[in-house]
Amino acid sequence: MKPWRQLRKRDADVERELQSDLDLEEEEQRERGVPPQEARHAALRAFGNPTLISEQTRAVWTWNALENFLRDLRIGIRTLFRSPGFSVLAVLVMALCIGAATSLFTVMRSVLLRPLPFRDPDRLVMIYEHFRGPENNAQGFNYTPVAPADYLDWRAQTHGFEDMAAWYYFPPNLTGEHGELPEMVQAGGGSWNLFPLLGVNAAIGRTFTESEDHPDGDVVLLTWSLFQRRFGGDSSIVGRPIHLNGKPYAVVGVLPRWFTYPDAEVQLWVPYARIGSEVLTHHEYHFSRVVARLRPDVNLASALSQVEALQYQLHMQNLHAPVAEDVASRTLIDDLAQDVKKPLIILLCAVGCMLLIGCLNVANLMVARSAARQKEIAICSALGAKRITLIRIQLIESLLISMAGGITGVVLSLAATKWLVGRWKDLPPVQNVHPDGVVLVVACALIFGAALLAGLLPAISSTSKRAIAETSSRASSLTPCLTAAGSQARTALRKTLLTVEIATTVVLLIAAGLLLKSFWRLRTTDVGCVTDNVLTMHYSLPGKKYDSPAKVNAFNETLLERVRAMPGVRAAALGSTVPGAGYGGDDLFTIPEHPRLAPGTPQPEALFRTADPEYFSALQIPLLSGRFFTSADRNGRPKTVIISDQLMRQYFPGENPLGQHIHSMRGSADYEIVGVVADTRYLVGQPDKVTLYFPVLGGENTAGMALAVRTAADALSISIPIQKLVAELDPQLPVSHVLTMQQIIEQSLGNASLSASLVLGFAVMSLLLASVGLYGVLSYLTIQRTGEIGVRMALGAQRGAVVRLMLVDGLRPAFYGLVLGLAASVGAVRLIQSMLYGTKPLDPAIFASVAATLLAVAALACLVPAWKAARIDPMQALRTE
Amino acid sequence: MSSMSKTQERAALLQGTLDMLVLRTLLYGPAHGHQIGKHIQRTTNDFLQMQHGSLYPALHRLEQKGWIVSKWEVAPDRNREFKYYRLTARGKKQLVLEQSKWKQMVEAVARVLSTAAEES
Repeated sequence: MKPWRQLRKRDADVERELQSDLDLEEEEQRERGVPPQEARHAALRAFGNPTLISEQTRAVWTWNALENFLRDLRIGIRTLFRSPGFSVLAVLVMALCIGAATSLFTVMRSVLLRPLPFRDPDRLVMIYEHFRGPENNAQGFNYTPVAPADYLDWRAQTHGFEDMAAWYYFPPNLTGEHGELPEMVQAGGGSWNLFPLLGVNAAIGRTFTESEDHPDGDVVLLTWSLFQRRFGGDSSIVGRPIHLNGKPYAVVGVLPRWFTYPDAEVQLWVPYARIGSEVLTHHEYHFSRVVARLRPDVNLASALSQVEALQYQLHMQNLHAPVAEDVASRTLIDDLAQDVKKPLIILLCAVGCMLLIGCLNVANLMVARSAARQKEIAICSALGAKRITLIRIQLIESLLISMAGGITGVVLSLAATKWLVGRWKDLPPVQNVHPDGVVLVVACALIFGAALLAGLLPAISSTSKRAIAETSSRASSLTPCLTAAGSQARTALRKTLLTVEIATTVVLLIAAGLLLKSFWRLRTTDVGCVTDNVLTMHYSLPGKKYDSPAKVNAFNETLLERVRAMPGVRAAALGSTVPGAGYGGDDLFTIPEHPRLAPGTPQPEALFRTADPEYFSALQIPLLSGRFFTSADRNGRPKTVIISDQLMRQYFPGENPLGQHIHSMRGSADYEIVGVVADTRYLVGQPDKVTLYFPVLGGENTAGMALAVRTAADALSISIPIQKLVAELDPQLPVSHVLTMQQIIEQSLGNASLSASLVLGFAVMSLLLASVGLYGVLSYLTIQRTGEIGVRMALGAQRGAVVRLMLVDGLRPAFYGLVLGLAASVGAVRLIQSMLYGTKPLDPAIFASVAATLLAVAALACLVPAWKAARIDPMQALRTE
Repeated sequence: MSSMSKTQERAALLQGTLDMLVLRTLLYGPAHGHQIGKHIQRTTNDFLQMQHGSLYPALHRLEQKGWIVSKWEVAPDRNREFKYYRLTARGKKQLVLEQSKWKQMVEAVARVLSTAAEES
């Protein structure tokens, strides 16, 4: 359609042409001797009405383009209203598929494809360290957080990047000035240049200065949400102190509302160097994240190679320590989305399959309809309509269906996206998930694509010369043109479409089955301790108040005593963390009784845990040999340690570890091994790691304590009484992460449940669509072969034989589809391999059950039409022929 | 609307022949709308009354089909611009085609009339 400006230019041109010719006519009249006043009228009379002529001229081209299209549109709408059942069904199918696809694309666009709200975000990269060696890369390429000394060396000695900044997580206690409840918040320690590097200015006040980024820098930056929530949005807080772990920190500024990097939990920022000058010199404590900004003139590879060279040097200088050999980088957006990237892509593929099936279903429906309209098409063709015109009319119909379905779907997707974002916990919150222009464009593209896919094949097949010729030859017949001969091509087309539909459904079902099995395996993993009716909570004793081992032990022992005395409590345990709750920190160790390690071999690593004397019995972790801790193991005398079974098998094969020693790097001393306990898992889905347990009553103030309470009945009912108890013992001490063991494990399952249920939902929907399609095709076949069935029955065929005949005919495309689908699945499951836990991608049980389900559903769908076929009265059938 | 459809009917009847006549006129050289109309009228001895309401739409239709092209030029004898039309190579081919179709039709009709005359 030409733009209006061009049309108006054309109109003006016509006017000008007519005017110039009219003037010429007038001149000629005057030359012939007609008086001037008369000449005008004579010219008009000879010429004709210029307005009318220009109208008629204009009609030449407007009639061809716009009016043709509008006419086709009107015809299309009328035709669709004439068969409301078909139209409503087709629109619903389209709405469902396009809605789901739009919803998922909205999430993908917001999370993966939209630039971050920072300055020049495509120049930001994260730099990690990378350990070589197969054991470090067993779970995939490792991206290890950076050690502070490494970061400081990189920043000082390489010049490839414009700048580098670093940050880490730490959980301080925030206490109130005026009796507000104490709170454990998640905080970040960020280098002074982190915010300028990202391009973030403080909304109120300022960000850190370079001089404030040192071990005594007692300044803090609030995030907007903490500022609103805890300080009521009162900007006078800037300049005043707040108390973290009992120490005052001056608030220098408030960050803007949109800044939720790295996640929404981080509530405030302190300077990076606050971790302490001692820690800053270490190359083996891996806890920092490094963000770097690329220079405009230097590319990533060359900038990174400088850092790599330096890191390798550091590695060679520290061969016995766990210092990484290499560095690895990834873009900031990938870093934030890495938890969701794989599942998102899988879900998009699944919804794409569902959309394909939906379009094929609508195409199938349209082919069925075209059988009824064959006469109409033949007449149009006889009256001179070109094939292109007929195809265009049918395409416009499918476009109308697709647009109606698409618009409904897009509206539905708004709600669906909200629900999805609510359920999907891992989505990075740095970006707000909402539809924007790109999503709308993609939705339109989907609508047009679907219209083409659903409409083109039926249109081409119904307007083929053969189809029309066969119809015309029976033009005098009164029956609808559904003869066996005339629609063989149509039947073949429907069966092919159905086969593809079923194949795609099989792929989806298998993927869903595998994901579900994997999720179930994860869920029922034994973490090595009791998980029913166990409540856990965390607290962190501030070093300022609890500055001696005696004070720490006093608090811990009193708490345990009081908790154990509470009604309903079966047992209570205290430790650094509980199984299944996460990594919890590690330690390097050597075994003094064993020969020295060869230079260059990495030092053995173990998970670091603390436990009170009743920890293992409370959590029902069995003792394999030796003893538990007793209350005599306190204040660091004697130095005792309990090891896990795996450590014994790995490092003391065939010998008795009891009485031997472990030299711990954290404690810088030898500890005597007094007991061996069964293995526990630190996180579902992760392999076991060797573990060292040290006595809690050693009095060291580690970063946090976890209290685990086993109750007789509902664990959550005891949560408030225990928190009250803690408040009694120390009103300034907040507790956090109050969760049952079940909840901890649920959380650690992450998205496995959501991905599995969504893919299952798509698969079930596709199965429904495919079975409806199968039902439709078989009904159609039955009507088609009415005559043939009548003849067969008249010749003596039993009803049972007829049913079997129709069933085989209907099940054949289902069978081909199944075989095709199984073959395609073998390749497709490789995509989800990395998301599976404890499940082989080519799991025979899943494949077999999907095949059985599909055949059963197909048989059910075919049963009704086959039964109807058996009840055909042969006399009736032969008469209609 | 009804008057337009009546005019269209008349135009439909003359459409094929009018197109052919216009193409033929332009075979001898470029001309503008007024000239073409006058030429057809003159050469048919005023038999075919030129309806400008059919001529200008026909000219634009032929231009759309690519058989003629138009250009605004200054007339040699008048000091004004007119829209001159020229025949294209495709148009020339179309003219040959139309002429042969016309000849066939004329011969067929003549044969029918002559046999009818014999019978009567």
